[in-house]
Amino acid sequence: MSRARNGWVLPVSLLLALLLGLVPLPAILQPLRPYWLALVLAYWVLEEPEKIGLGAAFLLGLVADLVFGGLLGEQAMRLTILAFILDRFRARMRFFPLSQQALAIGGLLLNDRVVGAVIHLVLGAPQYPWTFWWAALLGLLLWAPLHLVLDALRLRRRG
Amino acid sequence: MPPYAGPSAARPGDVAGVLRLLVYLVLAVVLMVLDHRGGWLRAVRAQAEVAVQPLWWLAGLPSRAGLALREDAVTRTQLMRDNKLLRNALLVSGARNARLQAAAAENARLRGLLASAERGRLDVQLAAILDIDLDPTRQRLVLDAGSGDGVRIGQVVIDAGGLMGQVIATTPTTATVLLITDPDHAVPAVVARSGVRLMVYGGGRTDALHAADVPLSADVRKGDVLLTSGMGERFPPGFTIGTVQALRPDDSRAFLEGDVSPAAQLDRGRDVLLLRGYKPPPAPAARAPAPAAGMPAVPPPAQAASPQPPPAGGAR
Repeated sequence: MSRARNGWVLPVSLLLALLLGLVPLPAILQPLRPYWLALVLAYWVLEEPEKIGLGAAFLLGLVADLVFGGLLGEQAMRLTILAFILDRFRARMRFFPLSQQALAIGGLLLNDRVVGAVIHLVLGAPQYPWTFWWAALLGLLLWAPLHLVLDALRLRRRG
Repeated sequence: MPPYAGPSAARPGDVAGVLRLLVYLVLAVVLMVLDHRGGWLRAVRAQAEVAVQPLWWLAGLPSRAGLALREDAVTRTQLMRDNKLLRNALLVSGARNARLQAAAAENARLRGLLASAERGRLDVQLAAILDIDLDPTRQRLVLDAGSGDGVRIGQVVIDAGGLMGQVIATTPTTATVLLITDPDHAVPAVVARSGVRLMVYGGGRTDALHAADVPLSADVRKGDVLLTSGMGERFPPGFTIGTVQALRPDDSRAFLEGDVSPAAQLDRGRDVLLLRGYKPPPAPAARAPAPAAGMPAVPPPAQAASPQPPPAGGAR
């Protein structure tokens, strides 16, 4: 018999997203590093909300904070906000064509940068250089391929 | 009574969702504030980071593999060229070392005359940098050596150029280094030429340090080399911190502030040196690094005519 869903895709994709955030890049490319974790999380919040909700987003953010060595709670907050907004608009977003979905994701990533900048401002931590805002654009462009790849893996029939 | 209830009434699911969001946000804020302040959360964090190590190791893998691949693939001519270059470098350093050896011997003799505590020999441990990118707004490094290899919190990290930072956290196989360019970091410094003491702070960028609260009358110029002064007993004296690039009045106009370019290669590099066995000098010797005060009190000049003043003093 074939199974409609592959359960391993969810943890593996999140782990890969974490690793991609750590992999060393040349200094010029560093600002362009897309926020893989947010992209992958967005996919799962849209597609399997019963598995990935606010709590999972929060925990994932905490793990990411530990892994990236940032302020504990920063990414937890950013990802929770992202998951909450996506959850609100899930019904609409799911029926958007991919291009429109990508635009919405781009907007969310931009919003995520704003949230991050506000957190840094309030705590008096140094800001990201302005070039880091390009990462949101790259995330927008990556949404469609990522969505297709994850869809293909998740829904592939076995055997 | 309008026929439609309208969109005003929120569904109970929505309210619950917002409440849950608020709970998580408050939790995140509490965590951030606690982590920002430091304290007990730092200990919890250090424990949790042990669990994260395999991820760091995995993320560093492609870079290590790439390096291994490059090392396997280099051609014979390249090796020969490298070999020649390194031979030359060795020759130059050897010659320089011989001269330094003489200076060190002389220095030791003079110190003996001064009856001051002898500065310990440089005992270092080589550690590789784990090549992963951490949060870009923080100036940290992860080393591929941890408490299992004898790395301790507070150990001083240097490279061939100069001071890099200090170890702030260790796990059994990795150690986190706070670089001198981190905004949380400050080093007591001394100007090599004039002996003026000042503080050097990090500014959050890999290529710039910041000297603050320099008195207007202080003898500091552009191009001056800053060394660690040994005050504060964390960093041993005499390590290069950087070079003063520019000086200007600060906001209060009562002091100067300066831009300092770090001497160590903070952005790129494969290996660092961990200083081992440095113990701050005992209290009576604490004045020794203050050159201006210490030097004039020298007993009758040594019998040997010294062609050069000892490098540690910076005496005039």
